[in-house]
Amino acid sequence: MNPHFETELAERIRGATSPFEIIGAGTKRSIGYSVDGAILDLSSFNQILAYEPEELILDVGAGAKLSDIENLLSKNNQYLAFEPPDYSKLLGTKHAGTIGGMVACNLSGPRRLKAGAMRDHILGVTAVSGRGEIFKAGARVVKNVTGYDVPKLMAGSYGTLAAFTSVIIKTLPKPEAEETLLITGLSDSEAVQTMSKAMQSSAEVSAAAHIPNQGTYLRLEGIQPSIDYRRDNLMKLLNAKIEILKSESNQIWKDIRDVSMFAENQTYDIWRISVAPSEAPLVIANLNVQKRYFFDWAGGLIWLEVPQGTDGALIRSAFTSGHATLIRSTIKSAQEIFHRQATAHAALSARVKNSFDPKNIFNPGRMLKDNSCKF
Amino acid sequence: MLMMPKPDEAVLARRAEIVAALKSIVPGEGVIDASRQMSVYESDGLTAYKQMPMVVVLPETVAQVSAVLRYAHDNNIKIVPRGAGTSLSGGALPLEDGILLGMSKFNRIVEIDYENRCAIVQPGVTNLGITKAVEHKGFYYAPDPSSQIACTIGGNVAENSGGVHCLKYGLTANNVLGIEMVLITGEVVRLGGKHLDSEGYDLLGLMTGSEGLLGVVTEVTVRILQKPETARAVLVGFPSNETAGQCVADIISAGIIPGGMEMMDRPAIHAVEEFVHADYPLDVEALLIVELDGPQVEVDHLITRVSDIALKNKSVNLRVSNSEAERVLFWAGRKAAFPAVGRISPDYMCMDGTIPRKRLPEVLSGMAELSKKYGLGVANVFHAGDGNLHPLILFDANKEGELDRAERFGADILRLCVKVGGVLTGEHGVGVEKRDLMPEMFTKVDLDQQLRLKCAFDDQGLLNPGKVFPQLHRCAEMGRVHVSGGKFAHPDLPRF
Repeated sequence: MNPHFETELAERIRGATSPFEIIGAGTKRSIGYSVDGAILDLSSFNQILAYEPEELILDVGAGAKLSDIENLLSKNNQYLAFEPPDYSKLLGTKHAGTIGGMVACNLSGPRRLKAGAMRDHILGVTAVSGRGEIFKAGARVVKNVTGYDVPKLMAGSYGTLAAFTSVIIKTLPKPEAEETLLITGLSDSEAVQTMSKAMQSSAEVSAAAHIPNQGTYLRLEGIQPSIDYRRDNLMKLLNAKIEILKSESNQIWKDIRDVSMFAENQTYDIWRISVAPSEAPLVIANLNVQKRYFFDWAGGLIWLEVPQGTDGALIRSAFTSGHATLIRSTIKSAQEIFHRQATAHAALSARVKNSFDPKNIFNPGRMLKDNSCKF
Repeated sequence: MLMMPKPDEAVLARRAEIVAALKSIVPGEGVIDASRQMSVYESDGLTAYKQMPMVVVLPETVAQVSAVLRYAHDNNIKIVPRGAGTSLSGGALPLEDGILLGMSKFNRIVEIDYENRCAIVQPGVTNLGITKAVEHKGFYYAPDPSSQIACTIGGNVAENSGGVHCLKYGLTANNVLGIEMVLITGEVVRLGGKHLDSEGYDLLGLMTGSEGLLGVVTEVTVRILQKPETARAVLVGFPSNETAGQCVADIISAGIIPGGMEMMDRPAIHAVEEFVHADYPLDVEALLIVELDGPQVEVDHLITRVSDIALKNKSVNLRVSNSEAERVLFWAGRKAAFPAVGRISPDYMCMDGTIPRKRLPEVLSGMAELSKKYGLGVANVFHAGDGNLHPLILFDANKEGELDRAERFGADILRLCVKVGGVLTGEHGVGVEKRDLMPEMFTKVDLDQQLRLKCAFDDQGLLNPGKVFPQLHRCAEMGRVHVSGGKFAHPDLPRF
């Protein structure tokens, strides 16, 4: 079904007796467990309802293409500060997908370190619940504590709570300039220490990544005189051989953001591991499997490429706090894709799902293998 | 009179038994049941409302919190969590038949981890206490509600507290990485941690700002940031609210996000200047303070750009701080706005709506009309960067009918905020204060969905009932913080 109006969508959901798989452009259907349901295509909800740069507000249909929105913002010298990744190469899809998909997957790139994640920039949502009721939460203002923060709950819900038709997102001014500092020859632990040192300084590093055998990257953004000043201070502080990359900077971070280096061989499994940044080298040292990897978020995000079918339990045994998600695999059915939650937490999540979608008709089982738990 | 949930006679009849049971969970002086000692808990920062709790419990361990909540759950007893009791919306107002759960003994800093730029603290640690613990290394905790010297991080999580700097640095929700919480069933749940994103649904985001209705927070992991190297401010007067509003819009359109951007209208400027002598211009309609922070070179550059933008918008009086003392003086007036207004009026009420900034002139003129209609003065201070208004309604509670008029005036202001696309509360929370105005902003379907979420956490409705959601039987219209004789419940706290 491909509804064009909220009322039509609500009516169809009210009458539904069997589940739906909600899609925008369908570019991230392969993330999570597969869903057995009729396609509910929200791509027609693609209008820009309001864009007010001076208010830092964008109210946009969930079906709008991410690339279109980024272009629109760019024309006004603004951007989505959380730097949403484009996983089309990684996942082998045709484009970056829609705003709705970006919200549903809480897609956040390298700047998450400084500017926050997608969930930190969502201000409002209009959606249809599993009851077939149109509800809204939040508003077109950047500061609001009226009622529960339901919009945040939509971020990272993988379409299992509600079919959202539009979202309100905070936009921010784009930095005028950027450059990247490259340090080569560091081991994993030296790199993480260096990144931590940079992050602890007042240099306002907006991204920090380490690619083994390639280098450790630190990004500075802002007005040029400020970058010059912060770079000079940072170079003194780190006291290492540093190369300054200017014209290449943008592409370097796009590649890191989009996990481009793991795009070429689609048969390998890709894991995304979120840990305390300082833990990253230990996680890698503990992982006794054939692997390629790199660190984003100063070590807080590990991208891991392992041979097809590498046991997730083995990967998860490499760390004690944090979580791992299987983002890409051709034989994922045997794996636990999302991290298992403790009993009380899992039961609470199931009750939250139930409060939005009591009939369990939205993406049933997308986030949990055991469908009986309903989320 | 505020309508709170009807006290449960069966629970009240069992009070002695309940007190004894609680004493077996929390030994020593952790259970308070004598009226004289309980009276300090009878209200929070919203002093218009007072209620003696049935009993006060001050647990010291997570196991005790869990046991108290489980006991309450098993025995159908209501719970009101409380941090420092500085809420301006009545979030910690006790219930006659409820246990007041004070978290003040959870006052330990558990761990400071500079390497990962975070701190793990117990919920009773004050907001400023976090900064104090890390400032020797140049770090601070960014959200800065005006009550930061007293308010606790647990209360900040419950209210999603903001502050003057939140346009640039975010609210509490953007600065918390993880929590440990206890559900009403006594189950302990950990959400997030030192890693940057929590797994599964964003229950951490949902908990932040849930006003104590979903669970009791027992530990918080916060982000700490390196302090900006320097800060400078521009103090600039305008001939009209429109030009001041346009200046704010132009600054943001120019790609500048100031550390702070505050506005005052004419009545506020005059009240403040008389009180503080901050050398504010008195011949202007609006005054703007724009603070830029960061590296010196960046701040100097942006100060020039902001000054240019102000001049283009017909500013009539522009001063740039050239020393830290001067910057502090610029702020002194703004930060003293509440007590200054308290001096010119026997009583005042503080409102807290947010509006789209461009609607400011319209909202201010609407407020002026309402001021005439109700025959009461109003002074405005305004977090201009994010559109958060704090109108202060002036009245005299000793004059027949003025309190009632002020209440209706306040409710009308919030209705006006919602009408122009804004919201009832930007940072103070709904609490009991704005509870009955929620239908102005939300439909029944919207509110029902939120209530179902509440049920997912607390199916018997025992956690902080009577807050946030409208009651079945509505009473007087509300929507304000009532300050009598210029005093809040915490007269020592700055409020801005």
